Amino acid sequence: MNNSLVKTARLLSAGLRALLVLTLVTGVVYPLVVTGVAQALFNDEANGSEIRADGKVVGSSLIGQSYNLPLKKGEETPEPDLKWFQGRPQNGLGVNSVNTRYKLILSGATNRSGDNAELIKWVKEAKAAVVKDNSVAGYTVEPSDVPADAVTSSGSGLDPDISPEYADLQVHRVAEKNGLPLDQVEKLVGEHSEGRTLGFMGEPRVNVLELNIALKELVAKS
Amino acid sequence: MSPVVAGVLQLLALIAALALVHRPLGDYMARVYSSDKHWRVEKWIYRGIGADPDTEMRWPAYLRGVLAFSAAGVLFLYLLQRIQGSLPGSLGFVSIDPDQAFNTAASFVSNTNWQSYYGEQAMGHVVQTAGLAVQNFVSAAVGIAVAVALVRGFAFSRARGSAGAGRTPKRTGGLGNFWSDMVRGVTRILLPGAVIAAIVLVACGVIQNFSGIHEVGQFFNGHSMGGSQQWNGGAVASQEAIKELGTNGGGYFNANSAHPFENPTPFTNLFEIFLLLVIPFSLTRTFGVMVGSVRQGYAILATMATIWVAFVALMMWTEFAHHGPAFDIAGGAMEGKETRFGVGSSSIFAVSTTLTSTGAVDSFHSSFTGLGGGITMLGMMLGEIAPGGTGSGLYGMLIMAVIAVFIAGLMVGRTPEYLGKKIGTREIKLAACYILITPALVLVFTAFAMALPTPAHSMTNSGAHGFGEILYAYTSAANNNGSAFAGLNADTQWFNTTLGIAMLLGRFLPMVFVLALAGSLAEQTPVPTTAGTLRTEKPLFTGLLVGAILIITGLTYFPALALGPLAEGLAG
Repeated sequence: MNNSLVKTARLLSAGLRALLVLTLVTGVVYPLVVTGVAQALFNDEANGSEIRADGKVVGSSLIGQSYNLPLKKGEETPEPDLKWFQGRPQNGLGVNSVNTRYKLILSGATNRSGDNAELIKWVKEAKAAVVKDNSVAGYTVEPSDVPADAVTSSGSGLDPDISPEYADLQVHRVAEKNGLPLDQVEKLVGEHSEGRTLGFMGEPRVNVLELNIALKELVAKS
Repeated sequence: MSPVVAGVLQLLALIAALALVHRPLGDYMARVYSSDKHWRVEKWIYRGIGADPDTEMRWPAYLRGVLAFSAAGVLFLYLLQRIQGSLPGSLGFVSIDPDQAFNTAASFVSNTNWQSYYGEQAMGHVVQTAGLAVQNFVSAAVGIAVAVALVRGFAFSRARGSAGAGRTPKRTGGLGNFWSDMVRGVTRILLPGAVIAAIVLVACGVIQNFSGIHEVGQFFNGHSMGGSQQWNGGAVASQEAIKELGTNGGGYFNANSAHPFENPTPFTNLFEIFLLLVIPFSLTRTFGVMVGSVRQGYAILATMATIWVAFVALMMWTEFAHHGPAFDIAGGAMEGKETRFGVGSSSIFAVSTTLTSTGAVDSFHSSFTGLGGGITMLGMMLGEIAPGGTGSGLYGMLIMAVIAVFIAGLMVGRTPEYLGKKIGTREIKLAACYILITPALVLVFTAFAMALPTPAHSMTNSGAHGFGEILYAYTSAANNNGSAFAGLNADTQWFNTTLGIAMLLGRFLPMVFVLALAGSLAEQTPVPTTAGTLRTEKPLFTGLLVGAILIITGLTYFPALALGPLAEGLAG
């Protein structure tokens, strides 16, 4: 009995020593070396692919932002500012429940199933809003024109992109609200549409932040 | 090009990349576990451990090593989280509560990486890099070590030493040395692989810094241009690389591989799928080389690949068809999916992560179609063997092969053999125990959770999908996957505790039976191949094996699946 206790203790301490040695290798040296290489060779990417406008950092080209009007009294969610191209819904973004002292951008999905009543309601409302907001004089959006990404929340809630179809659908509205000629805004969207990587990886997309930065420049020029 | 064609092309590209590295990596890993030479850095590590890497261990000693090392891992990770509040470099995050700390420790040591915490608002630099990421390495190395021990059980023999396994056993019934196998897995396979992968990921936009929580400018804050947002900096790329390569799956951020800082482009998405599949698939080559017949390895590989490709095809079919009320209105199953990946690439990721023990997600399985969610669950229920986790996939599949030759033996009335070893009463008992453990854990825990009044309060969805959330949770935990129908609020004492237990038992009990089986095989004298021997390197055997896997899993889980995803997927 005593003997086997001693044996167990000896074995556990060997296990603990192995863990500590490997922690030094994989938990200290490895991340530091990778950080060193990353900061030296890929400084921009390693720090979040920051994007600048007028010399100021305005976010990351990888992280989606919202373009909303200030929250009015009695509203639960703010209205979108229709001057800007809008990204995807963000119904699943997490709430700061653990460390409330921070205002971190959090990530998260809705995790609602296809037959979930709440999700069905969200999708219906989003579709109605997209149709209403984007139908302007001389241009009517049909419900069947609205692409799926315009009415669904992404996995991260931080999706930086929308489909080119959704961007095209917003062109008339954005041109009207900003007093810009239609063809100029169409050209802008065309310039910021990205195809599949190497022609087959992923899906075609438009980066909303980059598009809005270009839009702002266009408005300032005209 | 239609999204479906693009999806298929991405699958083909992935297959080509995996095929390209299959032989070199498989051969290299066989050399790693057969070599008698130690690297200098490994000798330092052995000195630190105080272990002799050349001692040949029989199965009980090998198992004791596995258990002692893993127990130390659970203890260390638990304590690290409990004292996080007083550690430097913790970003001011508080210590983790006991039930969640236990759950997380069990989760990362068992290669599950189930997370009941929010990465970006709970874990600081020290716990992430020195705690969680370390287990990403060593838990994967332990898995490979156990698989290699089983392969040696087949390859070594009482009469003439090893068949083709290189390193000759120094005593009868020896399976190698646990410390040496585990350390080499880290130093020679996982660490070099992770360094390369991490740098590729950073180059594509995955972040790697120690900035902590910092303010970054914003474009428009509602009132005016400008304003700021708070970002979470961290050593993400280094963790992401080993998270995929070691089939771990625990995300740095809550959104896991859907988060653009973990998975920024369509290329990184395919690259991450490649990383999580490459070791499990290549280990079949290692197995073939070590047992002295690469064709035996190809038969196992063909079984894994058949199931994987079939599941991807089914998943793409159901996701592109997007059956379900909300998806019909939206016009596509894009809920929980990222624009840059789309449906095709997300389907490949979802199948690959649940057919391995990874559990990382680039899209949220709870918002897949009913049948799509069912496919992710069924993938885990197969025991994660196609291709499975690092190591655990290979030993799981070899156990199924033992069962399949046994079934074939029953049909013709012959004592079954596999790789020259007789599958007798003892062997088949051990294999049967192995395949009974996880279903027992999944179904018993799910039944209790459904019968008790409070666990159901954690559900976000109701009806069949609500049941699916709980069934998914225990399936994921007991099979060491770690993905979730994440609507379930799993940060309760009940779920933290029971899922923690399911993860530990689901990882280490099967290992006991695998190593016992390995020990019993290693002591046998091989029987010669005769005209009556079942040719286990032929396509016929691959077919038999696929059939056995599907039938055994189907019989076990069909009633539970019928209540959850089947009911949801087939609803009008």
